[in-house]
Amino acid sequence: MSTVKLTVNGKAVSVDVEDRTLLVHLLRENLNLTGTHVGCDTSQCGACIVHIDGRAVKSCTVLAGQAAGSNVTTIEGIAKGDELHPMQAAFRDNHGLQCGYCTPGMIMSAIDIVNRFGGQLDEATVRHELEGNICRCTGYHNIVKAVLDAAGRMKVAQAAE
Amino acid sequence: MYETIYHRASSVDEAAALFAKGEEPKYLAGGHTLIPVMKQRLASPSDVIDLGKIKELIGVEATADALTIKAATPHSDVAQSSAAQKAIPAIAFLASLIGDPAVRHRGTIGGSLANNDPAADYPAAVLALGATIKTNKRTIAADDFFQGLFATALEDGEIITAVSFPIPAKAGYAKFPHPASRFALTGVFVAKTKSGDVRVAATGASQSGVMRVGPIETALKANWSASALDNVQIPSAGLLSDIHGSADYRANLIKVMAQRAVTAAG
Repeated sequence: MSTVKLTVNGKAVSVDVEDRTLLVHLLRENLNLTGTHVGCDTSQCGACIVHIDGRAVKSCTVLAGQAAGSNVTTIEGIAKGDELHPMQAAFRDNHGLQCGYCTPGMIMSAIDIVNRFGGQLDEATVRHELEGNICRCTGYHNIVKAVLDAAGRMKVAQAAE
Repeated sequence: MYETIYHRASSVDEAAALFAKGEEPKYLAGGHTLIPVMKQRLASPSDVIDLGKIKELIGVEATADALTIKAATPHSDVAQSSAAQKAIPAIAFLASLIGDPAVRHRGTIGGSLANNDPAADYPAAVLALGATIKTNKRTIAADDFFQGLFATALEDGEIITAVSFPIPAKAGYAKFPHPASRFALTGVFVAKTKSGDVRVAATGASQSGVMRVGPIETALKANWSASALDNVQIPSAGLLSDIHGSADYRANLIKVMAQRAVTAAG
């Protein structure tokens, strides 16, 4: 057992876990942040994607200890109170989800994509960049539409800040 | 996953000391091979020694002669590095093709080389460019480093610290990715050195891991162009044959990827 100290969604937390604990399990089981999903558990589907120090990573392939000292952001940490993050709002407005299982990972990946590409996004880039996120409902068309929509909204939001 | 003890090393020396004390220790870089293998219970290290936060192992530097990538630098950093893009754009491009964005945020060049997966991308670049692998004990030439499937010249406990690529006159990489894993079904790196030598390496194709491709090297040495390879025959003996592609199919892929790589190299 080790004590892992990290910041999750802006809050400092300290958790006692076995050294073999994966970050996704620390989030779900110790912190009750069950928005982050386990899909394939083989680093392929992206349902478990969270941000570590601002970068999208697959939390099923990171040991809890590796995240010690880092800033982790999960799907629960992106809205401002009742106000959805622009990416969440765009997914809702564009019907960017069906069963919803992949959605938290899609949204965390998509925010990372917009952060990295800013206004340079087009459909082909979004599709390429979402290679690490699998939607079993195959609802990619509206997901891509939502990401492009949100890219515009996030740019406006950033410009206003 | 079996139980293990996690250690975070803050220096290469500390990591080596922790390794020496462990019963069956393993180094952890990005973890995108080791952790999945541990989850499958195919590996059960007593101790996992994390190299990922060692500052001296992170960074990309270029001089007039060489591009040096420190071992724990994630693929995404290499892909976006202006030094890499300027010195050897084919390396930045190769890094941008590994896995997917989230995998590239974690995976490292040192981890990729130490693991020497027969379908990994970096070994092709290292072998084709005749790079030098630096460790905490010595330097190893690419020609000596790769020793078959998942086998390298690294000794027990040895840590890759950096890889130094001589800057070529021309270089290009093309890969046919497996659509699910994004590993190379076959990938080919072509390089023309400043002295005019040509070296070509293929990954994902051979039963013995990354390999030089003699017939393509000979043809490109005589005439550096994609069309110079039109009539080159690659023998299929010793190539991988599986559900994804026969040995003959991979032999043809080597040629086609080499042609695309030459076109990309210009």
